[in-house]
Amino acid sequence: MKANCWMGKKRVSVENVPDPKILNSRDAIVRITSTAICGSDLHLYNGFVPTMEKGDVLGHEFMGEGVEVGRGVSNLRVGDRVVVPFPIACGHCGACRAGSTSLCENSNPNAYLAEKLWGHSPSGLFGYSHMLGGYAGGQAEYARVPFADVGPIKVPEHLTDEQVLFLSDIFPTGYMGAEMCDIEPGSVIAVWGAGPVGQFSIASARMLGAERIVAIDRFDYRLKMASEKAGATDVINYEQSDVYETLMELTGGRGPDGCVDAVGLEAHAHGPMYAVDRAKQALMLETDRPLALRQAIRACRNGGTVSVIGVYGGFIDHFPMGAVVNRSLTIKAGQCHVHRYLRPLLDRIERGEIDPSFVITHRLPLSAAADGYDMFLNKVDECEKVVLKAA
Amino acid sequence: MQSLGAFDEELDHGKSERGLGWNSDGRSLRAVAQRRAQGLGAFSLGLGLAQLLAPRGVARLVGLPDTPRSRTVLTLIGMRELASGIGLLARPGSASWAWTRVVGDAMDLALLGDAFTNKDAEPARLAAATAAVLGVAALDTASAAHLSRNESVQKLVLPIHVVKTITIGRPPSEVYAFWRNLENLPRFMAHLESVTVQNGTSTWRAKGPAGTTIEWQAEVVMDRPDEAIGWRSVEGTRVPNRGVVRFQPAPGDRGTQLRVELKYEPLGGALGATIAKLFGEEPAQQIAGDLRRLKQVLETGEVLHSDASIHHGLHPARPAETNVRINELGKADS
Repeated sequence: MKANCWMGKKRVSVENVPDPKILNSRDAIVRITSTAICGSDLHLYNGFVPTMEKGDVLGHEFMGEGVEVGRGVSNLRVGDRVVVPFPIACGHCGACRAGSTSLCENSNPNAYLAEKLWGHSPSGLFGYSHMLGGYAGGQAEYARVPFADVGPIKVPEHLTDEQVLFLSDIFPTGYMGAEMCDIEPGSVIAVWGAGPVGQFSIASARMLGAERIVAIDRFDYRLKMASEKAGATDVINYEQSDVYETLMELTGGRGPDGCVDAVGLEAHAHGPMYAVDRAKQALMLETDRPLALRQAIRACRNGGTVSVIGVYGGFIDHFPMGAVVNRSLTIKAGQCHVHRYLRPLLDRIERGEIDPSFVITHRLPLSAAADGYDMFLNKVDECEKVVLKAA
Repeated sequence: MQSLGAFDEELDHGKSERGLGWNSDGRSLRAVAQRRAQGLGAFSLGLGLAQLLAPRGVARLVGLPDTPRSRTVLTLIGMRELASGIGLLARPGSASWAWTRVVGDAMDLALLGDAFTNKDAEPARLAAATAAVLGVAALDTASAAHLSRNESVQKLVLPIHVVKTITIGRPPSEVYAFWRNLENLPRFMAHLESVTVQNGTSTWRAKGPAGTTIEWQAEVVMDRPDEAIGWRSVEGTRVPNRGVVRFQPAPGDRGTQLRVELKYEPLGGALGATIAKLFGEEPAQQIAGDLRRLKQVLETGEVLHSDASIHHGLHPARPAETNVRINELGKADS
């Protein structure tokens, strides 16, 4: 089959690789119809995630049709149309039973690598480094899906691929980012990053009843999408205005009740601190540059919540712990526990409360995956989200 | 059957600490021997310098007549001492350098013996010098012998002592029952090929490198249903080992806290090297992997495989070639 492979820093290419097969009784093989490039794939592309091997199949946002089902899977049949969540979860361990599927205790065969870096291992992920399992990803014609009786959700025929594909990651991830802010009537939520995940945090904050939602980015086309499609009430282009001052002005000096970091380890910012963090990262003195996170903590109102869904991999400098402690901030974070959001968010799509396809700006064949990465990274042609058509 | 406490005591402080490589407080005997060799090296250096810089003074001290011949001999001995001293300080773990001191001591004793026949020598001082050299020679011989033994110990396998714990979401009775059926162990222990039980004795087979198989016998020496199992290899086995596994209820209805403690005795020769390879450089990590697989088997029914983990060593995360067969432990047969 054809699969998009990581070939080194800033190099991906579609290669011929063997077809996947059933390895465990609860596996299924899915013929992929639609797959997407995630912002977190750009961290792999830019070489910020350790334990990648040349030839790894990329991709963790995918859907398709079951073509083979292991004997331990009773709830799926060949021909079922499914969306696959990006964390791999067994459904039986303590974390899974608590609904924290991205912390599954059984799905990472390489847990010892993650334990060395983080102390404990989270779940395995599709196409996201050997430290997180060494699973082939879904930017391919076929994928093996472990624990297929737990993860994939069947989707009705009347919904298009583009309407349901993002249930695999970015819609639930953005939703969890908003949910962690404990939104109440009257809440003001600020979202750093108007990429696809940020758009879904904004849209989710709206669905959860926030009164004002502020989108922060440096690209006007993304801020335009945030206000016109996702439902942001205010936007801040940080290259044109000071984020902190503007947020204080918008909130009567209180600061936002909830601040979502939908940016992560490759943040950009204005000012000398950005240069300092870039330099430290280049010299391996810190692995991640937390510019958006620092801003979010500084701006958040006393007693408010900072919700981190952007990807961080290692260590950051100048973490403003003094602000967190003295101003009673709550920090919540996590890779999305996608499984718990699949059904309720599919219901919202079916009820017409949201059409997630609004973020798509580019549709390419799988064979053009390398162009897709380049466009997405360099914001070519106002790129927001690239969907790859495998078939 | 023994009580748990007695078994633990034996595991922690018992016969297995026979001193091959480690002393009672866990410090390496090799380090002790090296420090002593360094001391002797410094002594050589000092003596050598004195002999080179002040041969007359040294001659008077040991009772030799102050002649050109004795000065030349002392200068040569001084150079030899310097060489030994530098060698020992640079490589304090080297038995060869330590033996050069013993050879030197023998030479010195021969020269001193010869000096007793010299009418101009002072017998009382010569006797004192001979006694001193004899004392140092004893120390040198002990040190060199110790270092030699350590060098051969280096080729042996040091005892492997591992303690690991994991939480498994099943009641202690179930986890105990699974482990108590020792024939289940190869389902999650990567290095085991099979365990068969007959008349209370179990036969363990492990895969060695290059298609070899190692085998040993063990017996259960402690059995507390739902709580603990202790086993020990039978007397005279080729792979002396013992272990105890405990099953405690985890707080908050989270199943079982399993704690395993394993000890493998040091072994020499090819078999020892094979055992070392079985456990790799990090036995603790391997046991941790075994326990993780046990958790997978008990919680999900089988060992989980990923595209990369089925291969030995690094392999890209992509599906395997169709002709690759995968065994129950999730490894591709090579």
